[in-house]
Amino acid sequence: MTTVDSNTTAPEPVVDPNAVSVTINGKVVAARKGEMIIAAADRTDDFIPRFCYHPRMEPVGMCRQCLVEVVGPRGPMMVVSCMTPVAEGQVVNTETEGVKKAQEGVLELLLANHPLDCPVCDKGGECPLQDQAFSHGPGESRFVEEKRHYEKPIAISENVYLDRERCILCDRCTRFADEVAGDALISFTSRGNNTQVMTFPDEPFSSYFSGNTVQTCPVGALTAKPYRFKARPWDIEHVESTCTTCSVGCRTVVQSSRDELVRYQGVDSQPVNWGWLCDKGRFNFESINSKDRLTTPLIKDASGNLSATSWSVAIDSAARMLRTALTVSPQSVAFIGGARGTNEDAFAWAQLANALGVDSRDSQLADGLPPQVFSLPQATIADIDTAKTIILLAPDLKEELPVLYLRVRHAAEKRTGRVVEVSPRVTGLAGKAWKKVHVEPGKTAAALRALATDAAFTAQLASGSVVVIVGRMNLAESEESVVHALAEVLHMAPQATVLPALRRGNVRGAIHAGLTPRNGGKSTSEILEAAAAGKIECLVLLGADPLSDVPDADLARRGISGARNIIAIDTFITQSSALADIVLPAAAYGEKVGTTTNVEGRISNVAQSITPVGTSRPDWMIAVELGTATSHDLGFASYNEVRTAMILGVSEFAPATDTHAVEHDGVIVAHPTPITLTRADAASIERNSYDYRAVVSRKLYDNAIGTAKSPSLSTLAPSAAVIVHPLDVPRIGAQVGESVRVTSQRATLVLPLQESVDVLRGTAWLPINLSGSDARELLDVTKDVIDLKIEKIS
Amino acid sequence: MSRLNEANIKTALEIIARYPRPKSALIPLLHLAQEQNGYVTNEAMVHLGELVGVTSAEVYGTATFYEMFRFEPVGKYLVNICGTMSCALMGAGDLMHHAEQKLGVKAGGTTTDGMFTLAHAECQAACTEAPTLQVNYRFRYKVTNGDFDTLIDDLKSGKLVDEIPAHGVVARVRQRIPADRGVGAVAPELATENPAWMDGKAAL
Ligand code: SF4
Ligand code: SF4
Ligand code: FES
Ligand code: FES
Repeated sequence: MTTVDSNTTAPEPVVDPNAVSVTINGKVVAARKGEMIIAAADRTDDFIPRFCYHPRMEPVGMCRQCLVEVVGPRGPMMVVSCMTPVAEGQVVNTETEGVKKAQEGVLELLLANHPLDCPVCDKGGECPLQDQAFSHGPGESRFVEEKRHYEKPIAISENVYLDRERCILCDRCTRFADEVAGDALISFTSRGNNTQVMTFPDEPFSSYFSGNTVQTCPVGALTAKPYRFKARPWDIEHVESTCTTCSVGCRTVVQSSRDELVRYQGVDSQPVNWGWLCDKGRFNFESINSKDRLTTPLIKDASGNLSATSWSVAIDSAARMLRTALTVSPQSVAFIGGARGTNEDAFAWAQLANALGVDSRDSQLADGLPPQVFSLPQATIADIDTAKTIILLAPDLKEELPVLYLRVRHAAEKRTGRVVEVSPRVTGLAGKAWKKVHVEPGKTAAALRALATDAAFTAQLASGSVVVIVGRMNLAESEESVVHALAEVLHMAPQATVLPALRRGNVRGAIHAGLTPRNGGKSTSEILEAAAAGKIECLVLLGADPLSDVPDADLARRGISGARNIIAIDTFITQSSALADIVLPAAAYGEKVGTTTNVEGRISNVAQSITPVGTSRPDWMIAVELGTATSHDLGFASYNEVRTAMILGVSEFAPATDTHAVEHDGVIVAHPTPITLTRADAASIERNSYDYRAVVSRKLYDNAIGTAKSPSLSTLAPSAAVIVHPLDVPRIGAQVGESVRVTSQRATLVLPLQESVDVLRGTAWLPINLSGSDARELLDVTKDVIDLKIEKIS
Repeated sequence: MSRLNEANIKTALEIIARYPRPKSALIPLLHLAQEQNGYVTNEAMVHLGELVGVTSAEVYGTATFYEMFRFEPVGKYLVNICGTMSCALMGAGDLMHHAEQKLGVKAGGTTTDGMFTLAHAECQAACTEAPTLQVNYRFRYKVTNGDFDTLIDDLKSGKLVDEIPAHGVVARVRQRIPADRGVGAVAPELATENPAWMDGKAAL
């Protein structure tokens, strides 16, 4: 403890008890207790070679490449710098003769059995082994014997190939799989002379995160099928961007060669993704290169088929359609979608809607949350690291927001915070949860209210900061039920901040930009209902496909067929755009510049890497052209002008003036004055005479267009099924695998029966948008919960 | 099908209960699986993973470190003939040749009746008694061709059934530690006092 001398008035300087000062190659370096020498050295110009060390994983000291000298009482001694913590006054030398000899020796040994097939290796040119053999290697080998041989390469999953001859056994892939992803499906086997990375026989490394092992492998031992032999690193153009596949918004490098996307790599952004990507985000660049992309505008011809036309004809016809509809009434025009584009795209379309007087616009497809959640005190992704309690009131993060799952998992694994899972089924994080509140749909708010008497729980909430991750954990349960449950949590933990886990890439940006109902305009389900009743003259689909995406399939079908005219702006012909009167081809991710807003409201840039396919163009440009054709000057005509108008016009986007930040870690939107939620009556909804309550959610890989058009991902989607608890199987009387009849008040479907202990008794889990009968048919968005009958087909 | 049977599940749970962390029990459990089937089957590894809470790949990674675990069916009797220096000098080469003739299989092979697997071994640490062999890890010293024939004939006729159990059986008598004599399976981070064995009271 420091004592204050009463004679001095100046405050005592704050001494950081964890500060340590070390000398590396004669330079004094400030470090922190517990930090490894290699990490401290990384803040100097002196590079210590390494293979196994990775700043986002626990050190293991596998490769011994990072040997350095630490001066001790008996002279210098050799230590591995990735496993040796700094200490006060430590003197480290990384460039002495002894160190050089040791590092050269290690490299010579690592290369002894290495095939040196660099000319045909995907990693050649960007390979740490190649580079460090050059910078820190001996230059020649004394090993003249026959090298070790293995069959090469072998597929360890659908997308990852392993070449064991190239592997240097650094443990990065296996550590990643176990430590970071929690999918320890690869391990070192046959340890000894033949140590090798391997899966269990016939059990592939099917992790949603497998691509990260390819990126972090320091040699060419792991390669990814979508990139194998596609390009050489020196032919690749790189731009830093943000993944918009889901709303986590992972930072990426988009890489192209000869005007074609070839690879995405993760960028280590401290506030967002720590360098990780999920495989869906990593490999779906294939869909952008797809031969099925729309390249020209299409218009319905006399025989009712869509056929190619010019932009001028398409825009004129679309403008006429809009004008005709507006003369009927502005309420007969509606926009659905916009969450798949950039902030600027959404802003331009919102401005067009304003100019036309269209109030019915919604970027959420009846599967989201009310925009008010953005007005609650907001949490950032990084707040998860410091939160004492993380409450999951959200869909299975592993399935919907995969890299956010990694962040929460990390907090639980490192015990920085306790996870409370509130869910109608066991999710990917349940194993890490401190408390699990598994409750059947319709009873969540009541179950949470009952927790107020649980002393351990309330003490935990009171122990510090609380982050609530909130989203639609069950699409067969109303949006209000989530809000009610959230209100209960915020009542118990008034200090809690909220992270709205909405799924679509830029849904938050689209809402802030104005693609959300205003002045009493209609939401997506109301628009579709109105369309079904013949009250929508012109429906504009902004990259949205209600027929495959709106949870209530019947409503979507009635709405799409009831709309008099449909204008679709899309990258592909989807179920819905196939029925449009005019289809305008949009530029896709990687083909346009802009900004995007992730779950936490972080605005970061998306970059252009290739030219838009065919005559496709960015959504914002289409809005401007439609504006001109309908005699509305939106006030901007170039990307920079849209961006400026957006920053000036939307208060949330004001921080985006910091272009440098937007192009790196991003900036957080300006938050409005927070509101408070009032608690509603938290009565449970009892089941009707049907036996099973439906839990409906999405899987990471489904029939969504970006996955379906990516050959490396499309085969990973499971097929549809109804999944119940094993103890409920005998009740149904059918065998697992057998087709059963599933009936709701809306429809009857035939689906194969499956069992899982992750499903609560008396509930049935139905993942949607997979091949086979789609459970969306059973849903009715006007209902609070959906009850089902499941019967054996006799 | 070759997951652990009912009786062995009971034994497995007893073994697991001896350790503060379930996965620490993996090696004895692998022996148990090998005892049941004569080798460690994939199904058994999946089952063990479920029992101790690790993935099958982790069970496999652990198991494949150990030479004594076999992942392919082996004969009821695994005959390991040492071929390292002392034994080689004392005629292990000839012995192996003779064994191959006698059993009608090459080193590494298994007889068609599933009785014998013949294998090379590295030094078995009995060099003074070279050449040596082991049958299911039970030693035979200074083995002549004649000794070998007798051994095989005796094994076939069941004469040695008391001495040499089938492959996979490590010991005939299973160690049973009553709970009150156990060391107390408390995870280190949860321990509030010294473990019992530190005071020299409990059985190890
Ligand atoms: S495959 Fe690559 S990452 Fe995995 S251990 Fe080998 S060298 Fe390391
Ligand atoms: S988690 Fe989301 S943002 Fe990140 S890589 Fe996956 S799809 Fe892209
Ligand atoms: S980097 Fe230190 S041992 Fe591998
Ligand atoms: S050499 Fe055969 S036992 Fe040692």
